[in-house]
Amino acid sequence: MNYLEDTIAAISTPVGFSGIGMVRMTGDRSVEIIKKMFRIKSGKNFDSYENRKIIYGHIVDSEGNIVDEVLVSKMLGPNTYTREDVIEISCHGGIIPVKKILELTMINGARIAEPGEFTKRAFLNGRLDLTQAEAVIDIINSKTDRSLQMSVKQLEGRLSKKISEIRDNLLEILAHIEAGIDYPEYDIEEMSHELISKNTKIIKNKIDMLIETSENGRIIREGIKTAIIGKPNVGKSSLLNALLGEERAIVTEIEGTTRDTIEEFINIKGIPLKIIDTAGIRETENLIEKIGITKTKEILSQSDFILLLLDGEKGIDEEDIELLRLVKDKKGLVAINKIDKEQKISKKEVIEKSHMDVVEISILKELGIENLKRMIYDSISNSSIDSDAYEMVSNIRHINLLKESSLALKDGLEGIKAGLPVEMISVDIKNSWDKLGKIIGETITEDIVDEIFSKFCIGK
Amino acid sequence: MSYKAGIYDIIVIGGGHAGCESALASARLGHKTLLLTMNLDSIALMPCNPSIGGTGKGHLVREIDALGGEMAKNIDKTMIQCKMLNTAKGPAVHSLRAQADKLKYQQEMKKTLEKQENLFIKQHEVVSIKLEGSRVKNVITKTGAIFDTSSIIITTGTYLKSRIVIGDVSYDGGPNGLFGANELSESLIEIGVKLLRFKTGTPARVDKRSVDFEKMTIQEGDEKIVPFSFDTENIKIDQVPCYLTYTNEKTHQVIKDNLHLSPLYSGNITGVGPRYCPSIEDKVVRFSDKPKHQIFIEPEGRDTDELYVQGMSSSLPEDVQLKMLRTVEGMENVEIMRSAYAIEYDNIDPLQLWPSLEYKGIDGLFFAGQINGTSGYEEAAAQGLIAGINASLKLKGESPLILDRSQAYIGVLIDDIVTKGTLEPYRMMTSRAEYRLILRQDNADLRLTDIGKDIGLIDDIRYQKFIKKKIMVLEEIERLKNTVLKPDVHLEAFLRGKNSSFSNQGISLYELIKRPEISYFELHDLDKERGNLPKNVTEQVEIQIKYEGYIKKQLNQVEQFKKLEKRKIPENIDYESISGLRLEARQKLGKVRPVSIGHASRISGVSPADISVLLVYMENYSRKESAKNNGD
Repeated sequence: MNYLEDTIAAISTPVGFSGIGMVRMTGDRSVEIIKKMFRIKSGKNFDSYENRKIIYGHIVDSEGNIVDEVLVSKMLGPNTYTREDVIEISCHGGIIPVKKILELTMINGARIAEPGEFTKRAFLNGRLDLTQAEAVIDIINSKTDRSLQMSVKQLEGRLSKKISEIRDNLLEILAHIEAGIDYPEYDIEEMSHELISKNTKIIKNKIDMLIETSENGRIIREGIKTAIIGKPNVGKSSLLNALLGEERAIVTEIEGTTRDTIEEFINIKGIPLKIIDTAGIRETENLIEKIGITKTKEILSQSDFILLLLDGEKGIDEEDIELLRLVKDKKGLVAINKIDKEQKISKKEVIEKSHMDVVEISILKELGIENLKRMIYDSISNSSIDSDAYEMVSNIRHINLLKESSLALKDGLEGIKAGLPVEMISVDIKNSWDKLGKIIGETITEDIVDEIFSKFCIGK
Repeated sequence: MSYKAGIYDIIVIGGGHAGCESALASARLGHKTLLLTMNLDSIALMPCNPSIGGTGKGHLVREIDALGGEMAKNIDKTMIQCKMLNTAKGPAVHSLRAQADKLKYQQEMKKTLEKQENLFIKQHEVVSIKLEGSRVKNVITKTGAIFDTSSIIITTGTYLKSRIVIGDVSYDGGPNGLFGANELSESLIEIGVKLLRFKTGTPARVDKRSVDFEKMTIQEGDEKIVPFSFDTENIKIDQVPCYLTYTNEKTHQVIKDNLHLSPLYSGNITGVGPRYCPSIEDKVVRFSDKPKHQIFIEPEGRDTDELYVQGMSSSLPEDVQLKMLRTVEGMENVEIMRSAYAIEYDNIDPLQLWPSLEYKGIDGLFFAGQINGTSGYEEAAAQGLIAGINASLKLKGESPLILDRSQAYIGVLIDDIVTKGTLEPYRMMTSRAEYRLILRQDNADLRLTDIGKDIGLIDDIRYQKFIKKKIMVLEEIERLKNTVLKPDVHLEAFLRGKNSSFSNQGISLYELIKRPEISYFELHDLDKERGNLPKNVTEQVEIQIKYEGYIKKQLNQVEQFKKLEKRKIPENIDYESISGLRLEARQKLGKVRPVSIGHASRISGVSPADISVLLVYMENYSRKESAKNNGD
């Protein structure tokens, strides 16, 4: 629908592990959007900076957490490539910060740019000269075709089918509501608010599942956030090193975020694990003090997968019991270290307390490490962190539309709860249906009318 | 022998619901207008159902009224029952419907036409339309009269080459025993108009004396009648009831046994019929699992025994019709007074029209009503009014009135037919309006009276009255915002009683009305300063407050929509020369010739990529134009 008037954003460096990444935004809301997500180091106001200045600071998410350290170029129209206000955010390379920043621009009101759209705007706003016009048309065509092909390819199979199914479900609700509205005197089985609510909830769950699997898809691309926890001196650092082994794949250094941290990635049979708080693991290893429960809770809340390490030789003490309580029913494994020594821990007791699978290892003697890796792999691939999910929904645009679609249904459900009239609920359901349609490229109102007449016997 | 019969500014061909509105609007706007009809007794005839309004349609009637049309006033004068439909649902889909006294409706409308200054009414069959270059020049009647004019509005409804079908009997003829117009089609084809052939039908009329109402469910009108027109103060009439009964297995058996005699199934009818108005044969075949179908019995007037059998539209032979009707409870001894029939007729492909309803390529030729592929009295009247207004504006050298989809159902209706075309007679439905929450029947006056005033169809007295209402609404909302109730025991008791939350802070009446469980009316006792406001004001206040959130949501959508509507496409653009467009898009755009980018984006077969290409082309084009102008 929006061709020129809204603000668009895109990643403008090749996606991958290049040193520097750039997200670029153009449109009259660019400045408004960057202000919402940019914390300037100097503490000065964004507006106080002159045009065409480069500003140093941090990109923060909606909760105020720092996402990355960046340089922001402020370029106000009309002397820009597109003649509109343009904001360029230079951040650390690598897919994670770039994608996160792009997502934040979306959350704050930008729309993802279509292929060739920056160039198109440049042209439409009079930036390019006449002779370039034909070339621009060609670019739009070829890029649109290519992206079309790509999206068609992506949409083949499950995602497209799933979304069509969900849309059909929504259409059925819509048809019931609409037939009831347009033919009030006919004995159509009208859906009660309760039934609409029930069916809408089911559909919303389906959409949320897709979003969840897509988030998992991203997890797999970016690494499953893994916490290694345990008492000081239990062997966390050694375990980390043992797992890293030769497969030490990627080390990204992100300076100036919360504090200097090093993120380690471990590749377990193709599944990347991103170890959280490695610095903490190494630091506490040398301390002979109690673990900070608050700190542990914080780490656990960030993680998708947990490795709890216990000392088989020493047995379970109060601290371990506290940890077992914290990890209970979470996704992860308990590893009992020092299996080569005399054991004071009963495997059964650990399982009872944690509801997790337990594996016995000796890091020192390199016993059971392969088994641990296999169990990590099995545990992840058998859980709802579905590795296929990545293939299903990976496109940020799609994820955004799914989220908007789910949000519309949430509004609808709230409307039903508040007792709002059915034609208002219908607005939300229609909206949700439209958003899904945008993913698969179908949004035609006539569908509803067709559905009404095919489903109901109405008319004079 | 032909003869010169006079010169008129505007000639309206057809005296149905579209023609009446066209002629009145044109004459009221000061143009010497001629209304030609084949039969003066069939002015404003209602050949099918005896009612005006209903879902979506009621909205249209209110909009016609706000723009200064006649339909609302006429039904207010002649209704015999009235009902607000959908009251169990929200305000956006409340719809007014009235049963009309058909004959009175015609008489009143004819009286109004006859009283109208500048309006001449004559009985003639127009057989030919003549052009001068690409402009209309005159019309020629069957008896040889030549009327010169610079504007023609064709509102011939279902009369063009109409053919009646009842079972295996078929003959050339118009609706309701009238003649069809057999020659005008050829003349239209001659000047390049593309015709389609549609089909519709009407059920039998039966004799009241032969119906046993005891076996049916009575359907009364509303206790308090809400008028259609802003001008009508109140309506006090003795209302006549309708009745509800059902078909049954026996009825369906009769139909199934005789299906081979139905021209729809034997292939004798080829025209495209409407899905929302299926014949009973269709219903029984397509929904074979339904054990019964509703039948509404509606009086055709106060002083007649004829009853309309809604739900039994059919083209089965007469003897089968009778047999079928007599299986229905309460109609065991029924006598048919007029048989049900199907009718086929020529209509134009509405894609040939601009949104002003003027024909593309012929100056001064307008089309309105059922000939444009629509169905329904209200749809026809709405188009008639717009065509009348636009023919007048054109003569004055002003730009046409084009209502967009966010302004009115009329806008939705016309945009749909001229952009998407239609494959069946088009009926208005509220589901067709994307901005339904804004396009309510209760605010049609607020949406459109200013436009009606600008055009010149709303007089000062009415406009003053309208402004007064508008101010009252605004002031009352302001007052409710500023009136804050103290958190005392009265408020607490009231809120408890309503199962509504109470806090120790003061709360404005405005905030309270926002809560779904509390109405404006119920706050009466707590609201000490409330004045004595008319119902249409308090109703408006409540709706605007209560649904503010959703209304805002739609207004945001409208804002987006308007941006694209404002990007106008030059009329003389040559789509064939835009190499970036896909072939399908080129053809579709060339046919519809959209007036704006928004309009173009609604054409099926035009993709977002095509729109991008179009934008680029337009920019290029306008730069070339300005370069040319600078060079001169």
